[in-house]
This record gives sequence, structure tokens and C-alpha cells, in this order.
Amino acid sequence: MRAPGGLWYDRILTAMTIKLNGDPRELQGPLSVSALLEQLEIDARRVAVELNTAVVKKAAYQSSVIRDGDEVEIVNFVGGG
Amino acid sequence: MDDVLRIADRTFSSRLIVGTGKYPSHAVMQAAHEASGTEMVTVAVRRVDISRKTESLLDYIDTAKIFLLPNTAACFTAADAIRTARLGREAGMSNWVKLEVIGDEQTLFPDNEGLLEATRVLVKEGFVVLPYTNDDPVVCRKLADAGAAAVMPLGAPIGSGLGIQNPNNIRIIKEQATVPVIVDAGVGTASDAAVAMELGADGVLMNTAIAGAQDPVAMARAMRLAVAAGRLAYRAGRIARKSYATASSPLSGVIGS
Repeated sequence: MRAPGGLWYDRILTAMTIKLNGDPRELQGPLSVSALLEQLEIDARRVAVELNTAVVKKAAYQSSVIRDGDEVEIVNFVGGG
Repeated sequence: MDDVLRIADRTFSSRLIVGTGKYPSHAVMQAAHEASGTEMVTVAVRRVDISRKTESLLDYIDTAKIFLLPNTAACFTAADAIRTARLGREAGMSNWVKLEVIGDEQTLFPDNEGLLEATRVLVKEGFVVLPYTNDDPVVCRKLADAGAAAVMPLGAPIGSGLGIQNPNNIRIIKEQATVPVIVDAGVGTASDAAVAMELGADGVLMNTAIAGAQDPVAMARAMRLAVAAGRLAYRAGRIARKSYATASSPLSGVIGS
């Protein structure tokens, strides 16, 4: 299938497996951090994202590409002391 | 003169820093924060639950009034703490961190070596680092020398409610400190918070003492008053301790003499 719109990811999508918050997850990709958050229905303003152990700045969510085998961590604030 | 708490580039009217964990509900937490008068709360950085929608903690914190202090709780290495601090900065958009590098699961005592290492790295990266540390004046001095914006010695183990176990060390830490001293952890009830403040601490950080109380909102108010009373007493200058009585009433003019 073709990805709708966009420039960098106007290419054939294939099945890929990433590690998401420690668990394997199958997705169609490659895809941007923004697209992943959208798929997961996560409010990008309230989380922080790591791609292969490096923090992705919010300004780079559109341009950061997640590929097969990548490790992604999505965290938020929870109660703590 | 305003008696405000200054840490790095921020000032706080309240000297009570409160946690956001272990409350019976988010609504009770919000009411307790209000009753405590706190202007800074700690939060933990954890994986988003992908499998289900959960309520956001942030819906219950008025971030216009309350500053968020992300912690690195449950990090057992400097590397994990540094990584968590970086994520917290991105999630919260402030460069402040309550730095925890834990050295022992049972006591949750800090790993001083890892703590110093992580402090140095994060200070270099521009973080305002508030390390949770032992009640050890030497470690506190080293942390301040490493660029910590405050030091946060424990009063007793986290969540223990044992009160200030080593008041003399807290006093010495304060006397020697070049940065604010926040007593973090160990408070069980209001008098413990007052003791910490009377020893000269610049502030107190607590979570379980409020969240775990039978009435967290009432306890939050008690803590607010205790911190204020302890601070006032410290500034007022207490009397010296004496072994024997000194009468408050005149000894002369007693009838029948």
C-alpha cells in the first residue's frame, strides 16, 4: 500500500517489527514518530519519546523515522514522590 | 521581608514540596495539594500504557500554580537516571530534576557514587539538579561542589514515616551548605516536618505522609502549618537547652514566706 500524503514517506510501506515500551509490535512502516503517536491515539504534548535510547525533541516528531528493528520508548508523568 | 525559598532561578513562597503518588484518587491528590499550599510537586517518568486509555495525572495538577519536578525514582544506575532525566525534561519542558540513584532495594538508600556521577553529567547538560541523598554532610558538600542546585538529604527511609533519624547531621548539613537543603523522605506526621524546619532545613519534601494518611487533605493542611511553624521557630531562635528548671514566675513575694 502507499502512504497517504507526505513527502519523505511517499514510498511502499512494509510490515515491520519494532520494540515499543519493551514489547515487540508489528506495524506498517517506516513511519514518523508523529504518525506512531497518532496511530496509538497518544497526545504528543504529554509524552516524551526515545528512539534507540536517544530522546526525540517534539520539534523533530515529524522528521524522525522509525524503522524495522528500532526500539521506541514512550513515557509520561505518573504519580511519584 | 519575604521569607521565600530560592532554588536556582525560581522562588517559592511555600517550603513544602509534595509528591503525587499513592493517593486514594486523583481528586483527593488535587485537594491535598491545594490544602498543602505547595508550589512544587514531584512526578515520576514511566512508560505510557499502550494497551488502554488512562487518565492523565496532569489533568489534576494546575501547572499554572504548581511547578512540576520530574524524578528519576527506581533508577539504580547513573546511566538510567540520566536517561530518565532527559525524558522528564522533554515531557515537562523544564530542566529541573529530582535526581535519585538508588543503591539498595530494601532501604531505597541512595548510591552516592552513582548520584555524584549523574549529577556531574546532568549539570553539564544544563539541568537544575536536586539530588536525593543520604544525611551525610560530606556527600552533600560533594554534590553542591558538583553543581547541584540544592541537596535533599533523607530524614529516614522513603515511605517509612520514622521521622528525622539523625537531626544532628541535618543541622550540620545546613550549617555547611552553600545551597538550599530540602529534607526529603521519612516524615510521618506534622511534628517531623516541624523538626526538619527547626533544624534549619530550607524545605521539606514528602509524599507518603500525606497520601497515606487516613485523611490526606487534613494531613496536607497539618503539614503546611507544621512547615510554616517550624520555619518561624527556626528564625525566631530557640532557647538553649538546660538540665534544670529556671522559674518563669518570681521566686520572691510568695505568700506565707
